[in-house]
Amino acid sequence: MPAQFVKFYQTGTFTAGNRLLTIEDRSVQSNPTRSNALTSGHRACRGCGEALGARYALDAAMKAAGGKLIVSNATGCLEVFSTPFPETSWRIAWMHSLFGNSAAIATGIAAAYKAKGRPDIRVVAQGGDGGTTDIGLGCLSGMFERNDDVLYICYDNEAYMNTGVQRSSATPPAARTATTPAIGEHPGHEFGHGKSVPLIAMAHRIPYVATASVAELRDLEFKVEKAIAIHGARYIHIHVPCPLGWGSEPADTIRVARLAVETGLFPLFEAEFGTVTERMRIRRATPVAEYLKLQRRFAHLFAANADPGSIAAIQKIADRNIQDFGLSA
Amino acid sequence: MLKQVETSRAVAETVALCRPEVVCAYPITPQTHIVEGLAEIVKAGKLKNCEFINVESEFAALSVAVGASAAGARAYTATASQGLLFMAEVVYNASGLGLPIVMTIGNRAIGAPINIWNDHSDSMSMRDSGWIQLHAETAQEAADLHILAFRIAEQTSSPVMVCVDGFVLTHSYEPVDIPTQTDVDAFLPPFEPQQMLDPSEPITIGAMVGPEAFMEVRYLQHDKLIRALEVIADLSGSFEEQFGRECGSLVRQYHASGAETVIVTLGSVSGTVKDVIDELRDKGASIGLLNICCYRPFPFSAVQRVLSSARRVLVLEKSLAPAIGGPVSSDVRLALAGARTPISTVVAGLGGRPITKASLRDLLAREEVEELTFLDLDRQAIEAHLKRQNHRPCTSFVSAAVREEMNPCPHSL
Repeated sequence: MPAQFVKFYQTGTFTAGNRLLTIEDRSVQSNPTRSNALTSGHRACRGCGEALGARYALDAAMKAAGGKLIVSNATGCLEVFSTPFPETSWRIAWMHSLFGNSAAIATGIAAAYKAKGRPDIRVVAQGGDGGTTDIGLGCLSGMFERNDDVLYICYDNEAYMNTGVQRSSATPPAARTATTPAIGEHPGHEFGHGKSVPLIAMAHRIPYVATASVAELRDLEFKVEKAIAIHGARYIHIHVPCPLGWGSEPADTIRVARLAVETGLFPLFEAEFGTVTERMRIRRATPVAEYLKLQRRFAHLFAANADPGSIAAIQKIADRNIQDFGLSA
Repeated sequence: MLKQVETSRAVAETVALCRPEVVCAYPITPQTHIVEGLAEIVKAGKLKNCEFINVESEFAALSVAVGASAAGARAYTATASQGLLFMAEVVYNASGLGLPIVMTIGNRAIGAPINIWNDHSDSMSMRDSGWIQLHAETAQEAADLHILAFRIAEQTSSPVMVCVDGFVLTHSYEPVDIPTQTDVDAFLPPFEPQQMLDPSEPITIGAMVGPEAFMEVRYLQHDKLIRALEVIADLSGSFEEQFGRECGSLVRQYHASGAETVIVTLGSVSGTVKDVIDELRDKGASIGLLNICCYRPFPFSAVQRVLSSARRVLVLEKSLAPAIGGPVSSDVRLALAGARTPISTVVAGLGGRPITKASLRDLLAREEVEELTFLDLDRQAIEAHLKRQNHRPCTSFVSAAVREEMNPCPHSL
């Protein structure tokens, strides 16, 4: 893996910008001259994983692109909380068009600057999981297969949060959402539904695909910087907890995100041209129940009358990820 | 120099002369030959500094054009029919953002039932999207309008649809004078966007606008399009000066001045209508034509001026608003509000049904034309069908029947 994970045992934290680190190990975010691409004053909820992920990702992208960056944004929380007219939290060239066309907008921007002989201008498209895995998948796949010079970043909070927590194709099984209520014989979201867009991206044999998490911010920055240095279609899928939609404590966003990684439910890996090249190994996998019990969307799994098979089935998913991606240390 | 050429090829070559920087292509009949032509021109290296992008849908085609235009590039695409509907969300987005994209519509019917032939249902579906819509009458004008369209779009910061009748124009071979690069360059300067996505001057485009400002944004769009009427008229004049032939303008007339009956048309059917007018005028009939080139924004004053002296007006509609009539007639009625001129909606040519001289002669020979009528409707087939469905046979297929069903009239609802 790119970055050395450093845990400060004095404080029990992974603080990525700690000044005890060497300069090169410190995060972009710890640099006071960072671009502040998504600056303060926006309307995101407390503990928003998406705002955190976007700020780290785009500051890293700005650094890697030498400030020559343009961003296309799908409709969704990130767009709504950052640009209530006449205000904007974006200190970069930024555009929102529609829900399903963020990738195609970015293709157009990249084409425009290519036609103008400006290959130094780099383009990022971004969206939430709804805008990426569902309504935007057609444009995303088109951008991938043409190998357009675009880095697409998906901030995956596993449901349509902006419209009030409805199920998306990134919603995990058993999760309660507004359209998969925790009632009936199989409460919450169906098992066996959903898709992995990182794997779909890899099937396009594009130069670079990675997953990242707001639990590992230095790793997230590294992957973004690496992706910006590559030309052609690139994809980074970032796991971003949503306290509102998941029913987790705002203060637990990083903790929840870290547990998703440490259980094996959200594997961190990199892939080049369709082959996994790096993965973050898990020394001792944490049981999935530790992750699930912090989130009220899974509360029904811990009720007195709950089917014990549900947690076991989720554990199986984590175990299979560990096996498929070779995550065992 | 005149060249015998398929109109689609002439459009492709003319668009190339406009030096688009991004062209997005997705096939749909009957516009496909246009983007095929551009693909060849770009691939052959005849059009420099142009990215030709084969996209995966019409939704993506216009989205790529929106991104390119926002980044300051001259962007072009073409579509038709179902394709235009599939990109509808982006159509409104492009005009809302004021991006001067030019898009050719190879006008075609909309399904179901699926039909690939010409009528105007597709572009009519987008008539209130805030785009400028220009209708080509001839092959020559289909080509020329694109030069004018880029100039109008960039001067007004509005996207422009150039509507070209599918097959009738797109697939016909006609002598077309494709202008020289020098002439086009003289008329169409390089695109200088009013604002664009540029990292050295970062701006936010496409923010969320709430109730406190949305009305004003929409009003300004309305105001911009009304003011575009003058720009379109002026630039059409400049085009004529530069190229020595008529192109565009808001409306055109043919013997309409002082004519008792004036037929109102959009697009290529005007040629047939003019032939019939010539024949009938030779026999002493007082008939003229009003051809609307600029359908959006609708040139109310120009239409009113031409039609003010007519004794009756027949609007030839290549689209149908079911249970209403036709969209062009509604606009013409508004233009003539207060006048007592009888205005008839003549729905004709849906799904590519030929509008023949014979049918037009029959229509014009009628003393009275109903408020809503359908040209060349196979009434026997319809009666048989209604009978099979046990519907009470209508005594009339026209306005009386419609009115009977629509009491109270829709305007009072």
